[in-house]
Amino acid sequence: MSDVKKEWPLWEVFVRSKAGLDHKHCGSLHAADPQMAIQLARDVYTRRQEGTSVWVVRSDQIVASDPADKAAYFDPMADKVYRHPTFYELPKSLDHM
Amino acid sequence: MYTQAMDTMGKDRDDAPKAVRSADELARQQAFDARIDAGDFIEAKDWMPEHYRKTLVRQISQHAHSEIVGMLPEGNWITRAPTLKRKAILLAKVQDEAGHGLYLYAAAETLGTSRDQLVEALHSGKAKYSSIFNYPTLTWADMGVIGWLVDGAAIMNQVPLCRCSYAPYARAMVRICREESFHQRQGFEALLTMMTHGSEAQKAMVQDAVDRWWWPSLMMFGPPDNESPNSEQSMRWGIKRISNDDLRQKFIDATVEQSKILGVTMPDPELRWNEERQHYDFGAIDWKEFWQVVGGDGPCNRERLAARVKAWDDGAWVRDAALAHAAKSELKEAA
Repeated sequence: MSDVKKEWPLWEVFVRSKAGLDHKHCGSLHAADPQMAIQLARDVYTRRQEGTSVWVVRSDQIVASDPADKAAYFDPMADKVYRHPTFYELPKSLDHM
Repeated sequence: MYTQAMDTMGKDRDDAPKAVRSADELARQQAFDARIDAGDFIEAKDWMPEHYRKTLVRQISQHAHSEIVGMLPEGNWITRAPTLKRKAILLAKVQDEAGHGLYLYAAAETLGTSRDQLVEALHSGKAKYSSIFNYPTLTWADMGVIGWLVDGAAIMNQVPLCRCSYAPYARAMVRICREESFHQRQGFEALLTMMTHGSEAQKAMVQDAVDRWWWPSLMMFGPPDNESPNSEQSMRWGIKRISNDDLRQKFIDATVEQSKILGVTMPDPELRWNEERQHYDFGAIDWKEFWQVVGGDGPCNRERLAARVKAWDDGAWVRDAALAHAAKSELKEAA
């Protein structure tokens, strides 16, 4: 078995495809330090001008919700249709409110 | 560049799905099967059967290794490309293969296997890679034919993988397929240039390359369906979507038409259109050769693996130095 501690740490890569849009997760890579992670992210994930800005975050720094809690976390919103504008029926004359 | 039907590796003893043990596990297994049936994507942190995980690690890592080893036959021609334009194209293509390898290693790592373990499995010979890269690239025409036929076969194999049930793999495949199309087109265009404007010797060189790569390309789709024991399970799990033989037939039907535009012939006297089947009939594939190459005795197996091991070993001090530098910088920052 190899010594995992000798591996370069894992980073998650987020790319903003163009000005005005969100950064979006696009994959991960190994790099020794932040600067190298940014450079490698450029080479690995934006070879065809896919981005105008890159974020990298150490994977072990990301906190995520547990898939097992999916129902408990997200299902309570399922019956709250009144949070959507389409729930409210208004007179035709107000169609564009 | 491409994954070889993983059934080729399905010969491990401990490969059979384990019997389900507890009622709890049975319930999870059923819930998992239901998600697959509903066309759900499985994410890294979701529960999955051990055999599903194992099958994916094997297939994705084998796919990643293929991309990385696949850089070698083409890298062989970068310094000898006939023009600056062709050199820039070939460099970009080989760089893409490196990128594809990295996307795939990252996908495999989401299943809980470290990068070092994956690389070690390749270097020890435990993990396989596509048999196609164990053939030598003898002439410049090989660069064109690899793009046209080898990448063409790869694309045909990879497009269905974009709908693979394991989401990190599917996402990597979407990215790869988007980039791969240029690989095939540049190859065909390079060949077309030679066939249209080239000398007789250059045209003969193209035909010779087609003759050498045709059969190995057909083998890229893996063994025939009736000899692919793992295929059924992979189909069930949505890891595999179309059978080896169906993909192979699709590839033949497409490329034989393309060969007419190019003005070359495939080295198969039994190749002919079957009006009734609406497909091309083709001659018998030499599966003995296939298994020999997969088993380690192809023309370039030792050379390829040795090149990878050497690159890894020679780069060890760089990897260590980068880590040492990072540790030092961190200390400095903390001080």
